[in-house]
Amino acid sequence: MQKRISSIPFTDTPEQHQKLLDLLEKLKDEKGAVMPALQGAQEIYGYLPIEVQKEVARGLNVSLEEVYGVSTFYSQFSLTPKGKYNVSICLGTACYVKGADKVLDRLVAKLGIQPEECTPDGMFSLTACRCIGACGLAPVLTVNDDVYGRLVPEDVDKILAKYTA
Amino acid sequence: MDMVNIKINGMSYEVAAGSTILEAAREAGIDIPTLCFLKDINQIGACRMCMVEVKGARSLVAACVYPVNEGMEVFTNTPKVQKSRKMTLEMLLSVHDKKCLSCKRSGTCELQKLCNDMGISDENRFEGAVPAGKKDYSTLHLERDNAKCILCRRCVAACQQQHVAVIGANNRGFDTEIGCAFEQPLSYVSCVSCGQCINACPTGALTEKDCTQDVIDAINDPDKIVIVQTAPAVRAALGEEFGMPIGTNVEGKMVAALRRLGFDKVFDTDFGADMTIMEEATEFIDRVKNGGKLPIITSCSPGWVKFCEHYYPNLTENLSSCKSPQQMAGALIKTWYAEKEGIDPSKIVSVSVMPCVAKKFEIMRNDEAAAGLPDVDISISTRELARMIKMAQLNFARLPEEDFDPAMGVSTGAATIFGATGGVLEAALRTAADVLEGTDHANVEYKEIRGTQGFKEAIYKVAGMDVKVAVVSGLNNANELLSKIEKGEADYHIVEVMCCPGGCVNGGGQPIQPSSVRSFTDIKALRAKALYDEDEAKTLRKSHLNPVVHECYEWMGGPAGCHKAHEILHTTYVKRDRF
Repeated sequence: MQKRISSIPFTDTPEQHQKLLDLLEKLKDEKGAVMPALQGAQEIYGYLPIEVQKEVARGLNVSLEEVYGVSTFYSQFSLTPKGKYNVSICLGTACYVKGADKVLDRLVAKLGIQPEECTPDGMFSLTACRCIGACGLAPVLTVNDDVYGRLVPEDVDKILAKYTA
Repeated sequence: MDMVNIKINGMSYEVAAGSTILEAAREAGIDIPTLCFLKDINQIGACRMCMVEVKGARSLVAACVYPVNEGMEVFTNTPKVQKSRKMTLEMLLSVHDKKCLSCKRSGTCELQKLCNDMGISDENRFEGAVPAGKKDYSTLHLERDNAKCILCRRCVAACQQQHVAVIGANNRGFDTEIGCAFEQPLSYVSCVSCGQCINACPTGALTEKDCTQDVIDAINDPDKIVIVQTAPAVRAALGEEFGMPIGTNVEGKMVAALRRLGFDKVFDTDFGADMTIMEEATEFIDRVKNGGKLPIITSCSPGWVKFCEHYYPNLTENLSSCKSPQQMAGALIKTWYAEKEGIDPSKIVSVSVMPCVAKKFEIMRNDEAAAGLPDVDISISTRELARMIKMAQLNFARLPEEDFDPAMGVSTGAATIFGATGGVLEAALRTAADVLEGTDHANVEYKEIRGTQGFKEAIYKVAGMDVKVAVVSGLNNANELLSKIEKGEADYHIVEVMCCPGGCVNGGGQPIQPSSVRSFTDIKALRAKALYDEDEAKTLRKSHLNPVVHECYEWMGGPAGCHKAHEILHTTYVKRDRF
């Protein structure tokens, strides 16, 4: 799946920015520094928007495309921010055969966003993830640390309502 | 040299240790097909086209990266190898936009050739999902059509070799596509328009923006006077498009072809180059005498100028303010020549034929319009000129040899060598030495700065002063030199930079040679030799001895560097962002 690019405006705090600069200063002479730099940057910002990737490219003196290429190759990197509540639906084999795709369709319809996107109000983001090892509960989704299992599409409405209340 | 004994298809050979199976087989007269391989640029063994059998090896190996060793037995033509090659091609074809008949690369496409050579009989053997393939028509110089991309990464490597690296592989697996960061169009990023990616592409995924129809329309407009100029490097390569050996100088036939295509006047950019030398040598002398910014860096190469603006904006003041020879010739066509001939400059369509695609960008720059009109209206590459000649069905080999039109067809050997790395500087030194010392030096050859290596330096004594010069070609070399200059670690007086490795003869608009030729032949050296030979055969070998140059300065009412010359022949630069 192609990585989705966020259109939500980027916000930055001086503390976050300084943390990133310190990280890049530490990594700048290392070989193969792009990966650890992106991992660190994602820890700081939660995702890797163009503003952050430009800073990484500048700090490591590599091209922006090289940084972007790495960020779109590995599924662990996200180009979209996580919402206050990150809804993660498992599309592993067991969940899938138990109808996780229908649950995902319902989430997409209710939230109005695609996987790897975040709602404009920053409340919800949606992730389609691989097996989380809860096959006995298939199909399963998580909202941050809360786990919901044995779902049917209609359950989605109730679950989301808990977090919007 | 250490040698090892190997067997290829049962025959014994002694080959250089450290060479690859591909190189060894080539020496033995056996070509192994490749797609992603481009010697010294892209050696990643990714496309699996060059698979061969090695006795004892667990599976087929990639000949382009697999080194030979003592006693090795290689088989390049077994049923297993043949099957693997065919399968690789059939799988590539399953996701390829197979519109070969209307493809600009038909006939020069490496994928097409291999399909023919390997006897592919069904281009649709495997059917399945086909990626959409993004298209990028955003820039002035090239077009990308990823539906024809085979993901060989040769363009990516060529771009990295130029230290630009604005294209790369994004996403993964079936979604992988070559593009720019954050899927921006190429015109939004710091691409310098050199076109080396086009020349590296084995298929029709990357092609120059074709402006031939604009030229044909102008020629067919009875109200327009269409004047063409051709850069030196074009004559050294155009013949390749018509099956002539690399390094054939086809100046006379090229001029004849241009006339038969309907151009009203055929001028030589070399005249513009002579003017460039007059202005640049004067500017250099002025900077030395009056404490101006040194080193002075040449500004003939628009890809290099854009690189400097993006990557070294602090050094744009070091760039010579001289326009490039193309722009000088264009400016003089619409001012001096128009006035002399009593032509309304607005009726002139000024066309240039260049070895370069960055020239398509250069003609649109600010401050390149001496007559209040663009100095050059349309710039086409060597390849586009060949296309026009083919469309008109001119039999190139049988054309007579003709001369440029006199007004701006007189030029010197100094101008001719502008097309090769080191040539601009040599031309400038020929004039600076004569002018400063007030003599006519018999020795005009500055051999230390000739040759295709990427970095050259020398010290010449000119009028009692030690002039320290450096010549770089290819932007990786330029980058190294520039970073030294920026840090104050280099004390050169004059620096010549050409964007493309080897200079304009190897420009992004030149005829495309397949990897099988390019990887094993020094194309740039052969083309450059054609220019140095022309220079040697000329009576006039110094720009300041060109009589038409003097006529032009008389019209301007002053010597080189005079007020009017500055108005017409000089330009300005901007600072751009890298990211």
